[in-house]
Amino acid sequence: MGHHTNLLSYRRRLFQPSPAGDRKLISIYHSRPLFSVNSNLFCLIDESMWGIIRQNVGVTGGLSSQGLGNHMMRLRPVASAMRSYSSATKEMTVRDALNSALDEEMAADPNVFVMGEEVGEYQGAYKITKGLLDKYGPERVVDTPITEAGFAGIGVGAAYHGLRPVIEFMTFNFSMQAIDHVINSAAKSNYMSAGQINVPIVFRGPNGPAAGVGAQHSQCYGAWYGSVPGLKVLVPYSSEDARGLLKAAIRDPDPVVFLENELLYGESFPVSAEALDSSFCLPIGKAKIEREGKDITITAFSKMVGYALKAAEILEKDGINAEVINLRSIRPLDRATINASVRKTNRLVTVEEGFPQHGIGAEICASVVEDSFGYLDAPVERIAGADVPTPYAANLERMAFPQIEDIVRAAKRACYRSVPMSATA
Amino acid sequence: MSLSGAKIIQPLCIRYPDMPVISDQAANCNTTSTPFLGSTRTLRRIQSVSAAQRRPASAIVAVADVVKEKKLKSNKNHLLTKEEGLEVYEDMILGRVFEDMCAQMYYRGKMFGFVHLYNGQEAVSSGFIKLLKKEDSVVSTYRDHVHALSKGVPARAVMSELFGKTTGCCRGQGGSMHMFSAEHNVLGGFAFIGEGIPVATGAAFTSKYKREVLKEADCDHVTLAFFGDGTANNGQFFECLNMAALWKLPIVFVVENNLWAIGMSHLRATSDPEIWKKGPAFGMPGVHVDGMDVLKVREVAQEAIGRARRGEGPTLVECETYRFRGHSLADPDELRDPAEKARYAARDPITALKKYLIESKLASEAELKAIEKKIDEVVEDAVEFANESPVPSRSQLLENVFADPKGFGIGPDGRYRCEDPKFTQGTAQV
Repeated sequence: MGHHTNLLSYRRRLFQPSPAGDRKLISIYHSRPLFSVNSNLFCLIDESMWGIIRQNVGVTGGLSSQGLGNHMMRLRPVASAMRSYSSATKEMTVRDALNSALDEEMAADPNVFVMGEEVGEYQGAYKITKGLLDKYGPERVVDTPITEAGFAGIGVGAAYHGLRPVIEFMTFNFSMQAIDHVINSAAKSNYMSAGQINVPIVFRGPNGPAAGVGAQHSQCYGAWYGSVPGLKVLVPYSSEDARGLLKAAIRDPDPVVFLENELLYGESFPVSAEALDSSFCLPIGKAKIEREGKDITITAFSKMVGYALKAAEILEKDGINAEVINLRSIRPLDRATINASVRKTNRLVTVEEGFPQHGIGAEICASVVEDSFGYLDAPVERIAGADVPTPYAANLERMAFPQIEDIVRAAKRACYRSVPMSATA
Repeated sequence: MSLSGAKIIQPLCIRYPDMPVISDQAANCNTTSTPFLGSTRTLRRIQSVSAAQRRPASAIVAVADVVKEKKLKSNKNHLLTKEEGLEVYEDMILGRVFEDMCAQMYYRGKMFGFVHLYNGQEAVSSGFIKLLKKEDSVVSTYRDHVHALSKGVPARAVMSELFGKTTGCCRGQGGSMHMFSAEHNVLGGFAFIGEGIPVATGAAFTSKYKREVLKEADCDHVTLAFFGDGTANNGQFFECLNMAALWKLPIVFVVENNLWAIGMSHLRATSDPEIWKKGPAFGMPGVHVDGMDVLKVREVAQEAIGRARRGEGPTLVECETYRFRGHSLADPDELRDPAEKARYAARDPITALKKYLIESKLASEAELKAIEKKIDEVVEDAVEFANESPVPSRSQLLENVFADPKGFGIGPDGRYRCEDPKFTQGTAQV
């Protein structure tokens, strides 16, 4: 786990605030000399942008600043349409959103405590729990030894007696060492005890691939946890999602698996004043329609929502009006919203980063086939990560996970436009 | 041989890895085969006083000395009063008769699945659990019927649960291996070995949290974690020994070392078979006690539970005991040596306690017989009750998955729970 520290310090160096003090991603594009881009940087700057640029320019590396600059100029309006709002709306990174949600819930309820590796003095492996130790003390922000099974079980035992633990896994890959407790003693206990003992626990942490972290640190666990009755599985995308869903998760009387995304932590999203209120909660089990459309439905969660939205922008130019659904909750899955959307558009593309077999797209496809078969005008297109353990090499890793052009191509296939089956780059 | 009142020195054996074995009794142990086969070694002398002075200043000193003084100062020559004696006897008889009845019912087809019986180990359960308050918690493994009974769960509820009826303590949804009772603080019943240990550590953590953070000053609830010799090799066990000692949690780790994990002998599975030694390695006292002798277990338990209640931290207690039946009712139990079984059968804890009570004139034969008769009736009644209880209805299948009625964050009033401003307690301003 030592390389996590390296990645963090690397990030800290890259995310120095620009002179304006503004941490928006878009400003970093311009302040950085483009010829010094190395492959690792792709992970931090919007991957989709570079992917498209590379395809257009037809090179895999060593880009000339001028050529890219032209492309950047062309693409800038697209990016800024996503990000530039009037200065009156507040922007908040997902990291700050999670931190503020934890802070508020711990202040409101003394039963809430945080437990995990490096949550205290290190201020959180990804700085999500920054400042909480100073505010609430070491009894409520508990640094643990490297004992996932042990402290996950301790959290469950504490939850049996009415405390509300928030257990942080440094990444959900490490939750495999504790999965016995997440499933057997947390998820199943309310059922086994016939309602006598409920477990109001939250297991949270980054899920899915990051950038260049290799096979053992890149798996998406949405499908595994989403198949277990007794668990609620939430997948926030934006800062508002992060705040609302984490608060709902902490207040919920049942075990919640809260799958975040490491690459989203630094991304800023606008937040409404309502979302900043300390009693703001989002309902569990309801998806959000991020973009209304009438030609095709694209479902996604976590980081893929951003990709889907960008793909929708691209599809718009080709005359395809896409509806993007942010699932927000894998279990309970909002089948009603998905089916209603498919009945409207008649075509469906599901997007996820996890392995394809038995994945979330498979479940959504089955649900739609069961409930809205007559409404489908085309087979459901399922986009998932490649069926391989995640490679390390940057170009292989890029091929192993869905990119924006994959979503665009799949949408066009579903609309019966002729497109090549696979990526050409 | 096992119980002879006040004359014999304490049954406790506290050792440190750095100190040489000094007791002459230990030297008399049969060294060709390890003493864990149980026949040659029954008691161990406690450390001599000079050794005690060489000890590091930890609470371990208190364990030995306090018990020693208590024994010398006690007026009576008895280790427990008549009421306590009868209570413990009744509890042990209940455990034994209940488990025998379970076997009968299983072979008649009323019970099914995995059933693990506790015959022979009653001394550990009664010795420890009868010293607890109602608010103290017990966490166990799949061999949990008797732990639940000792903690106070009614025999009717346990029997119905085993029959899979809706009147069981978990409405038939848990089964033999998952006995839960929120009222009696029985926190399970876990099928995976080692799974209950972190849960117990969490319950102890809650007790400490309530005292320190929630400021419930008198919260001194203790948690007991029961598990076997096989579990003592599992990673979660060591993780929790570390954390419990690190944070000084009010927990007692009770190892029911019955020498066998299904068919795997403890000696074949463990590099160092003396489990109590693993305690001091993590900074807590490790105690070995004869688990076939309820009075000895009770003394050790008193001290360990007292330590936890006073906030001095955890204790690891290894009880050398034996299960008279196989691992479960499906186990043909062919690997164990009949001579070994006979040896331990001769040390039956119930017979031993009965002998002690009668010889020390704490109870008469008639009183004990009356207790046995009463328990027989209780268990018969439990079987009848379970027989006549209804099976769960079809609608019960989907119930209790979530505490939240619809599982969507929707409260009983039909609105989203998150919209209710009272959803979180507390008045802190943010």
